[in-house]
Amino acid sequence: MSLTNDQVRGIARLARLSLDEAEVAEVADKLASILGMVDQLQATDTAGVVPMAHPLDAAQQLRADEVIETDHREEYQRNAPLTEQGLYLVPRVVE
Amino acid sequence: MRWETVIGLEIHAQLSTRSKIFSGSATTYGAAPNTQASLVDLGYPGVLPVLNAEVVRMAIRFGLATGCSIAPRSVFARKNYFYPDLPKGYQISQYELPIVHGGSLDIDLPEGSRKRIGITRAHLEEDAGKSLHEDFHGMTGIDLNRAGTPLLEIVSEPDLRSPEEAVAYMRRIHQLVRWLGICDGNMQEGSFRCDANVSIRPHGETRLGTRTELKNLNSFRFIDRAIRHEVERQIELVEDGGQVVQETRLYDPERDVTRPMRSKEEANDYRYFPDPDLLPVIIEPATIEAIRAGLPELPTARRERFVHAYGLSDYDAGVLTASRELADYYEAAVAAVPAAAKLLANWTMGELTAALKRDAVEIADSRVDARALAGLVARIHDETISGKIAKEVFEAMWAGEGDADSVIEARGLKQITDTGALEAIVAEVVAAHPGQAAEYRAGKHKLMGFFVGQVMKRTQGKANPAQVNALIKAVLE
Repeated sequence: MSLTNDQVRGIARLARLSLDEAEVAEVADKLASILGMVDQLQATDTAGVVPMAHPLDAAQQLRADEVIETDHREEYQRNAPLTEQGLYLVPRVVE
Repeated sequence: MRWETVIGLEIHAQLSTRSKIFSGSATTYGAAPNTQASLVDLGYPGVLPVLNAEVVRMAIRFGLATGCSIAPRSVFARKNYFYPDLPKGYQISQYELPIVHGGSLDIDLPEGSRKRIGITRAHLEEDAGKSLHEDFHGMTGIDLNRAGTPLLEIVSEPDLRSPEEAVAYMRRIHQLVRWLGICDGNMQEGSFRCDANVSIRPHGETRLGTRTELKNLNSFRFIDRAIRHEVERQIELVEDGGQVVQETRLYDPERDVTRPMRSKEEANDYRYFPDPDLLPVIIEPATIEAIRAGLPELPTARRERFVHAYGLSDYDAGVLTASRELADYYEAAVAAVPAAAKLLANWTMGELTAALKRDAVEIADSRVDARALAGLVARIHDETISGKIAKEVFEAMWAGEGDADSVIEARGLKQITDTGALEAIVAEVVAAHPGQAAEYRAGKHKLMGFFVGQVMKRTQGKANPAQVNALIKAVLE
């Protein structure tokens, strides 16, 4: 299975990757070889097999509904380039 | 051409847990920005989500109350998109294997019939944070307190055929989640909101038309108006030869229009896959049965019981079971005055509800409790006071002057039941108004009201109106 350059650009945009034209062609080839492997997997008869959601054969452990976290805003915000009035500031996003 | 409207709703109910769905952060509304956002909520590397047991229990409660199946095994999936209020770059949700699926809820239609609305599924997911677009030097402020708040997304079948049906269905879900104690239903705070999928098709057509999704409708009025506008827009578009495009639209309540939400269009490919950080959730039949055993009597069953047990109309029973608190109040009161169930219903829906609304008091904090209201209604029922005087007594009770009996005693409001005393007053009134008496005798019977009024005036309203009526008749006829 092969991918068009437009499909590659679309996938790159969804993943927020910036590719130049040379990279688009290269990535298209690499992705096509991965899809080739997927095609091989698809050919396997999986009728009656429950899709695996996790490699461990175990069930999710649950925790009690208790508040155990305390406020560490100041520490956490030291990692942020910009904060104001307790908010993280990011480039403007407008609907 | 006649068009049929087809609507399906996706309701987001915020589950009333103390802590978040995957972290031990508090979910308290209105905290200072980012003071309730832990490393898990902030999407730091190396942290792992751990599922809150209470959200699972709440989802099962909802599923059982709507006749849904509870999945013995359900799986969390990642819904991938980029937005600054979603720190991980994905929302943990459920996709192929939701915890709850395949049930229904009945709604009341205006003409008195009922309609069954299918519930496709209800799945657990985390909420995103909040973006503040006010002026931060041209930047956007992000508050992640809400990130990781547990949501139950309840998806209906496209069974709704009008804005009215959509609102009726949403009200029933709103009533139910509050009844079950799994969501506070506070729409101002965003605890209960909905997206609507709307399409049109020619009458008689069975295939679905192309739908648009209206986002984040957070009041019953907006849902009604947004759907109305969207249907008009689609009909106009199609009748002018155009085609509806599948897209997400936002309702703008100020301009009363819907408009496309451009920024999210290209993000419609969410590339869901099972979240490797979380194992499948296994629910044993014994767990389900234990939760079923703990369910309260549900609104519809209770409404029907109110009709049979207390002789109320279906309408009254519906009003009294609008919330569990109100139904509990009424039942606690009616136990004390079972003979006056209808009168008590009127007082609960009338004076009590009006006073609660006027003073913005919740029924749990009512200044006249169930026992006190029953005490008042008992005095109307045994004719110690008239309904009119009872309103004065109620206000005094509401103001904290004590129970009905002490207010009646302290204010001397006891109805005059001594026939002799009343006869004397009636005789005085008739003697004082010979002209009117003559007119009455000449056939002007509507003057009865005048005489009753005069007697009431002289007794400060303490006479029994029916008794006064009879006595005046006896004198004048």
